[in-house]
Amino acid sequence: MTIPEIFNILQEKFPEAELVLEENNPDPIIRAKCEAIADISLLLRDDPDFSFDSLMCLSGVETVEEFQTVYHLYSMLHNHKVTLRAGGTKEEELIVPTVSHIWPTADWHERESFDLFGIKYTDHPDPRRILLPDDWVGYPLRKDYEPQKTWHKIPLTAIDYKEEDNGDES
Amino acid sequence: MSEIREIDIPVGATPQKISQMLENFEDVHGERMVVQMGPQHPATHGVLRVELETDGEMIMKATPHIGYLHRCFEKTCESMTWQQVVAYTDRLDYCSSANNNLGYVLACEKMFGIEVSERVQTIRVLVSELNRLASHFIAIGTYGLDIGAWTPFLYLIQEREHILDLFDRLCGGRLLLNYMRIGGLTHDLPDNWLKEVHEYLSYMEGKLDEVNSLLSYNKIFVERLANVAIISEDMCIKYGLTGPNLRGAGKKWDLRKNEPYCGYETYDFDIPVGDGEVGTIGDCWDRYIVRVKECEQSMRIIKQATERLEKMPGDDVLAAIPKSMTKVAPGEIYFRTEHPKGELGFYIVSNGKKFPWRLKCRAPSFSSLSVMSAVSPGLLIADMVALIGSIDIVLGEVDR
Amino acid sequence: MGLIEGRFEPNIIVTSTDAIFNWARSRSIWPLTFGLACCAIEMMATNASRFDLDRFGIFPRPTPRQSDCLLISGTVTAKMGERLVTLYEQMSEPRYVISMGSCANSGGPYCDHGYHVIKGVDQILPVDVYIPGCPPRPEALIDGFLKLRDLIMKETIAKPSA
Repeated sequence: MTIPEIFNILQEKFPEAELVLEENNPDPIIRAKCEAIADISLLLRDDPDFSFDSLMCLSGVETVEEFQTVYHLYSMLHNHKVTLRAGGTKEEELIVPTVSHIWPTADWHERESFDLFGIKYTDHPDPRRILLPDDWVGYPLRKDYEPQKTWHKIPLTAIDYKEEDNGDES
Repeated sequence: MSEIREIDIPVGATPQKISQMLENFEDVHGERMVVQMGPQHPATHGVLRVELETDGEMIMKATPHIGYLHRCFEKTCESMTWQQVVAYTDRLDYCSSANNNLGYVLACEKMFGIEVSERVQTIRVLVSELNRLASHFIAIGTYGLDIGAWTPFLYLIQEREHILDLFDRLCGGRLLLNYMRIGGLTHDLPDNWLKEVHEYLSYMEGKLDEVNSLLSYNKIFVERLANVAIISEDMCIKYGLTGPNLRGAGKKWDLRKNEPYCGYETYDFDIPVGDGEVGTIGDCWDRYIVRVKECEQSMRIIKQATERLEKMPGDDVLAAIPKSMTKVAPGEIYFRTEHPKGELGFYIVSNGKKFPWRLKCRAPSFSSLSVMSAVSPGLLIADMVALIGSIDIVLGEVDR
Repeated sequence: MGLIEGRFEPNIIVTSTDAIFNWARSRSIWPLTFGLACCAIEMMATNASRFDLDRFGIFPRPTPRQSDCLLISGTVTAKMGERLVTLYEQMSEPRYVISMGSCANSGGPYCDHGYHVIKGVDQILPVDVYIPGCPPRPEALIDGFLKLRDLIMKETIAKPSA
């Protein structure tokens, strides 16, 4: 099934999900309202015509205007792919319903996206940081992230040898 | 007060079965103890920490903690030019750096519409298959080491050293190659290199049978692995396990065949799958033996690629490399390749500038590891080591 | 029979205490089995066939209590740094630290943008020997151990003179 076909069926089934087909990309992307993602995903997995049984990748993305979560789905049965996108403006924090009950692999990917972007996933079974320590400050992959100087008294900056050698050189 | 009760445990019952039977006798359970395995543990393949909640020898719950090697790959790439990122992909899965390079350069080439010559493609296939061999040798060797067999490790490292010698001649690096570029390669093959590959192949003839007789069908080894930590096909797909782990569960799935790239459709090779030869389909042994059989297939591909290259006229491998990549096409792409550990995907977002805007690496080991907490209840602590080894994780890739 | 047997009368050797202790210590450096990152694979290769560190008396031990040398083979992150200090504290004196590879020496390729990487393990542990390379070749690692051997030969166990 091609992506425009999938898009048309989804639009019939979810008229209120504000679905948009972004066609300017090599592979078109279906954009949906954040709240509708879990329902759409459930349909995409369970409908025998779609049967998207595997979630290839789930990534957080920051664009100039907004934070996004991008889902790359694949069906081992029908051998077709689709990309979903959910996004929200930067003013308020992005809250997306979890899909970890639909594809368990999303569990860790969502934790990672929370860890690095601060995107919140409602009803996630284990909403903790995954890569960074629990008491880390900030979300590193955001473009305006300021790295921590120290963590638990461990220095995280490079030694500036130029400053130390100042006396000898001048 | 204690009381003695008899439970009939059938001969050959799996630990899972025993734990199910014990569920009915709740008071039989002892006090739960939390055991920390790692991050400094010889069998965790790096710096993985697993929090095990145990009842006696039986694991009730296992929580993996990762991030001890989080090297900020994705953030770093946002400040590197497109070509510079290749060097960083080397360090994702450091056992198979050429395959990482391949995944990244193919993704970029597809996005920017760069066509490379057939010769470049064949060299890429050749190098990445050699690296797949090296990676599988480490996986098999260290797996034996985890289970308690020291000798096969020494033999396999010896075979691997010969591959590393080839790489050394090829590009100066033993472990991290940094050999591929978007649109081509850093340089052409050195003189006589193909002859050395041929010599290596004839040297390797029959060596895998030695591995089989020394390790695979060794009684102790089989007893330790058969029927342990079964991951079914359905579970593999749900948890995103790919590559040898999925094939070990009996699914004939290989991106080199199912979604061919780099001309893999023109090579003649088979996809080995687990068939429950000594136990159940999808147990640790099946996942292990798929890797051994895959080595054989890789050698077949290497042979074909070498023969093709010998006949092929030489051309400039740097011809298609873009002269400048300061202005590229905007857009985004997800591209996946078959990595020795599974499906390696790169999700790349370009905003048309010099640097990638966002680069997400979908690491196979990351997904493979997430299945651990679902599989481990009911395993013995020693089986945990078998499970970690059988899904073949590399922490550089899990944590990135 | 080796080269030395049957060539001397029953005899004694006179040497200094330092020399004999240092000789013993330097010829059996037991590093901790602790792979961190890419360099760990090279460390493994060095321990295994072909390079065979055993011939220098170097044999990896799985626990810090039995080891003399902490071989930091790879990138040290903030999360790991904490553990690394604990491991170092668990080792008994005399103990040595080898920093293997660019990442451990200075942060290496992750120095500029690695928000979670410690830029140089010498900021948290005292390092005796630095081995450059990304990753260092096994020959370089062996050379590092030989340098450490020379370092141990210069040590003294005598009371500090007033």
